[in-house]
Amino acid sequence: MSISTTRIALSSILHKEIHRFMRIWVQTLVPPAITISLYFVIFGSLIGKRIGEMGGFDYMSFIVPGLIMMSVITNSYSNVASSFFSAKWQRNVEEMLVAPVPNWVIVAGYVGGGMARGILVGLIVTIIALFFVDIQIHNIWVIIATVMLTSAVFALGGLINAVFAGSFDDISIIPTFVLTPLTYLGGVFYSISLLPDFWQGVSKINPIVYMVNAFRYGFLGISDVSLGVAFGVIGVFIITLYAIAMYLISKGIGLRS
Amino acid sequence: MQAALEIAGLKKTYKGGFQALKGIDLQVQQGDFFALLGPNGAGKSTTIGVITSLVNKTEGKVRVFGHDIDVELDKAKSYLGLVPQEFNFNQFEAPMKILVNQAGYYGVERKVAKQRAEKYLKQLDLWEKAEQPSRNLSGGMKRRLMIARALMHEPKVLILDEPTAGVDIELRRHMWNYLRELNAQGITIILTTHYLEEAEMLCRNIAIIDKGTIVENTDMKTLLAKLHIETFVLDLKPGAATPELQGVEYRVVDDHTLEVDIAKSQSVNDVFTQLTEQGIAVQSMRNKANRLEELFVTLVSNNDKGAQ
Repeated sequence: MSISTTRIALSSILHKEIHRFMRIWVQTLVPPAITISLYFVIFGSLIGKRIGEMGGFDYMSFIVPGLIMMSVITNSYSNVASSFFSAKWQRNVEEMLVAPVPNWVIVAGYVGGGMARGILVGLIVTIIALFFVDIQIHNIWVIIATVMLTSAVFALGGLINAVFAGSFDDISIIPTFVLTPLTYLGGVFYSISLLPDFWQGVSKINPIVYMVNAFRYGFLGISDVSLGVAFGVIGVFIITLYAIAMYLISKGIGLRS
Repeated sequence: MQAALEIAGLKKTYKGGFQALKGIDLQVQQGDFFALLGPNGAGKSTTIGVITSLVNKTEGKVRVFGHDIDVELDKAKSYLGLVPQEFNFNQFEAPMKILVNQAGYYGVERKVAKQRAEKYLKQLDLWEKAEQPSRNLSGGMKRRLMIARALMHEPKVLILDEPTAGVDIELRRHMWNYLRELNAQGITIILTTHYLEEAEMLCRNIAIIDKGTIVENTDMKTLLAKLHIETFVLDLKPGAATPELQGVEYRVVDDHTLEVDIAKSQSVNDVFTQLTEQGIAVQSMRNKANRLEELFVTLVSNNDKGAQ
């Protein structure tokens, strides 16, 4: 496949994926905006005022990066999981499988779609946050790099989930029983430095801790973990998950008989 | 001339151990209108699945215009257009979007793809539905949408897996004409169908597959010539005398219907001459059964006996 053909195939998958979540924006973009607004009102304005400062910042400013990252993680994951699974379920994934589309283009197209939704929802949440708090930016490049890489990690995760899923229930198990607990325990609402040493160590097994802290560093300039380690962890996850996704797609697991 | 499709020693055993294909050899020439017939579960869809890379083969070779799918899969894929048996497009998308995206997977620029989509949607009477969710289309429209989708990258070989299943007679005939036009333009067509009349009317060459093996592979004329006897149904003018025929097997069904078995060596004229001499007028005549259907049943039942 020539470079131009590959480019067109990739942009077609991306176009399809972005068009999909934009077409059903009431299901894909509005709910996270409402959920995060409630978080801001309850945890930020109401309870947050009683909590006081955390990491040298008022509680509302402290949780904003984590809440943005939480919506990025959830949306990039669920976008690819539901889109790829429904393509499998309706069998329209065969449209790509019978065409000379390289496997990496299929992976990149779906992951790109998931990233697009995750980042768009992140932007919407950021705009909502502006109604509650003055957002400061410490390092815009760290913010951009973290949000791009994190959304890629979870979009890849969603793709792998969809490949193995046999029913719509299977694509909600991981978000409910794995992603949500990891996110809540990933330092979105608190600094892990508040935890006893043992639980700090346990928290550092959670990859979301690194993503939330790197992202928070971009806004506030504070982090519970080293930035280099954080990007290293994210990088390892991307490489590992990409390799798994490529293996599954090229072997046709769950796709070809 | 390079064959459009060559299959040699193709075997497929599914995970549970079921052997769907037991070593198939097949050749389809460029420009052919080829029928692949067989009862349910014979291996037709598995064969198509392997050709289009939706099914991983266990053994054997498949070449599309000389391109081995094990070596040059992308090249082979670019020659093929597939109309599957089941609806497999996104039911929430509009036909226009489905077609333009499909063309994109083959590297067709969006602008060109939109022009082609308009052309095929108009040719297949779907233009008015171009922007409506495809789940709102009727069954026949969905089938035509899949034909349009398969044509978007202008393939040299069009594979249709039971394209007229569930389609009414008028629409089926419209689709037959469209497929004939495509074939006349040089597109090689491979068709599986349950309507044997369809294969007899459209196809020049035929393979019959049963239990994963090819039981017949020849041209339609040779195949039909294997039938030694045909049964004709004659509608007689009411009130005529009871006919008595010499030299042929016949049955008087009722006072105005006669069934006559005529061997290849005999002439229908003899029957007409005898009836005319008896003052019996024939109003119309037709084949009792589809000829290919008779042959198909014979071949498949012979294969069953052989297997036992």
